[in-house]
Amino acid sequence: MTTTAPEKQPEPQLDERLLKTSPWKKLLGRPELGSVVGAIAVFVFFAVAADSFLRATSLATVLYAASVLGIMAVPVALLMIGGEFDLSAGVLVTSSALVSSMFSYQMTANTWVGVGVSLLVTLAIGAFNGIMLTRTKLPSFIITLGTFLMLTGMNLGFTKLISGTVSTKSIADMQGFTSGKDLFASTFTIGGVDFKVTIVWWLALVLVATWILLRTRVGNWIFAVGGDVDAARAVGVPVNKTKVGLYMGVAFGAWISGQHLLFSYDVVQSGEGVGNELIYIVAAVIGGCLITGGYGSAVGAAIGALIFGMTSKGIVFAEWNSDWFKFFLGAMLLLATLLNHWVRKRAEASK
Amino acid sequence: MARFRTWVSIAVAGALGLALTGCSSTGGKRAEDARKAQQAQGKAAVNTPKWTFSMITHSGDGDTFWDIVQNGAKQAAVKDNINFLYSHSDEGNQQAQLVDAAIDKKVDGIIVTLAKPDAMKAAVARAQKAGIPVITVNSGSADSKKFGALTHIGQDETIAGEAVGDELNKRGRKKALCVLHEQGNVGHEQRCAGAESTFDGKMTNLYVDGTNMPDVQSSIEAKLQADKSIDSVVTLGAPFAATAVKAKQDAGSKAEVDTFDLNEKVAQGLQDGSLGFAVDQQPYLQGYEAVDLLWLYKYNADTLGGGKPVLTGPQIVTKEQAAKLAEYAKRGTR
Repeated sequence: MTTTAPEKQPEPQLDERLLKTSPWKKLLGRPELGSVVGAIAVFVFFAVAADSFLRATSLATVLYAASVLGIMAVPVALLMIGGEFDLSAGVLVTSSALVSSMFSYQMTANTWVGVGVSLLVTLAIGAFNGIMLTRTKLPSFIITLGTFLMLTGMNLGFTKLISGTVSTKSIADMQGFTSGKDLFASTFTIGGVDFKVTIVWWLALVLVATWILLRTRVGNWIFAVGGDVDAARAVGVPVNKTKVGLYMGVAFGAWISGQHLLFSYDVVQSGEGVGNELIYIVAAVIGGCLITGGYGSAVGAAIGALIFGMTSKGIVFAEWNSDWFKFFLGAMLLLATLLNHWVRKRAEASK
Repeated sequence: MARFRTWVSIAVAGALGLALTGCSSTGGKRAEDARKAQQAQGKAAVNTPKWTFSMITHSGDGDTFWDIVQNGAKQAAVKDNINFLYSHSDEGNQQAQLVDAAIDKKVDGIIVTLAKPDAMKAAVARAQKAGIPVITVNSGSADSKKFGALTHIGQDETIAGEAVGDELNKRGRKKALCVLHEQGNVGHEQRCAGAESTFDGKMTNLYVDGTNMPDVQSSIEAKLQADKSIDSVVTLGAPFAATAVKAKQDAGSKAEVDTFDLNEKVAQGLQDGSLGFAVDQQPYLQGYEAVDLLWLYKYNADTLGGGKPVLTGPQIVTKEQAAKLAEYAKRGTR
């Protein structure tokens, strides 16, 4: 079930990834092909349906929505390729923002100290998920559902205990805030249009994740553990380490998103983030990741996030009756996924 | 794994070390402590028996508004020598179960919200049967008396909405956007409908996902980009006002942002002019009065309102009052 397994080749001494295949065949074999077609379809649809959709400023808005989602969808996709998923990812973003905000505030520390502590705490929660999963052998559904509930409670409980209210105090007047904002929540201008820095984070994550998946040994491990755990273990893949690493990857994404939340709104509401974990998974699935694992790509997940971003904002640009907003959103997503699925089936048949 | 743990402990130690040296000389906890030292603490002012009152609301987790209501209720509880219990659920039937639990506990008074009146009807009737006085707060002014509650304390959402419409007219606005952060919340719909009814211009609704701030921001941004003629944005909760201001700036729109409810940032926004006005329903008062009125009823059989709801709002707050309110919002009572 891996993408990188063309069967018998005449030159066994060469790494299989170095073999030449025709570009056309290569393209058809890519897991993100379907989602690219879906993305183009959604784009064309809204370009026609909403006159304001094609403006550069509008596209910047769409890209922002897609990037915030994409920063999480990419590591979540990697985790799914590795055969697991994470229901705690949505609230972990909020936890991460809360930790850096409250640590900085309560210790009256430079905000960068809080940001650093938050990275450690967030990665530790990711590692907790992974270690619990590999030690107990319980399904990831149970483990991460437990973490999800605990984090939801802790977000609220700790915030109330420490700050006395349900949102954190503003840290905008503290040292280190401006530079943090530059890194996590600034905007940059290209041709008179403002773009959010999250877009850069998003693209960087896609590049790194794609490199890991396709060019490193770890990438092979991820496909292997997602495809068949026992077979992977039999050939010496460090299954547990890989899974723990994948959960920590999701935690890393949550840390970036959390810091973006903190530095763009400078106070954090403790009840936020619930429900977002499903949207990350949806983006990965639209992007061609199989829920059962072993198949998918980071680029696909990024395009899944883009489809979601275009749809959710395109509906607003088209000024459709907002009572039906969720319905339109669901219908568009279903259509995009079906189209994606159909294209992939065609591609596989023609191979 | 062992090596991993070593690394974690080294990193934690390093971070703590940094924390001790990398202090911020501005803002933070220390500045807050200095402010707090100036404030006095309340003590019980009466020697009536220690009654137990239970408050059960329809609030979701982590809602700033309900936090302020609780602050008011707790302050009154201290003064009235009351043991105050609080619980909440945003699911109608679970809220009703919490009321049942309070009745089983034989509390001396119940404060309840009727955001989903049908789900709460039976529970309130049970309290009645058990001889426990009930006061409704915040939502449910229409049903409170019917269900047999002593009195209702709160803001009529429709009236509050109408006040917004009037204020927008006064400011010469032509096209407004009403931002709803919870789809299907009756009170939210009433606010927007109320505003639409008195507003002379055109008002459109926009639903956003309230648990996802970046989504709220990009949705408002998209709407403002799609319709450049929108000249005012009304958010229904204080945390969303600041986000709307950001969205407006990013969209290059000139629209004025106004909001329901207050918090520290809204007070600041009113002061620096980034927000036009806020409609306050004084949540502190809703909690405080509810506990105080229950106490008055137990102690002296007093009721208030004469069978009509006691309104705590709408109070329109603008730049003039903002400076004073910022201080109160900061301590969580406005």
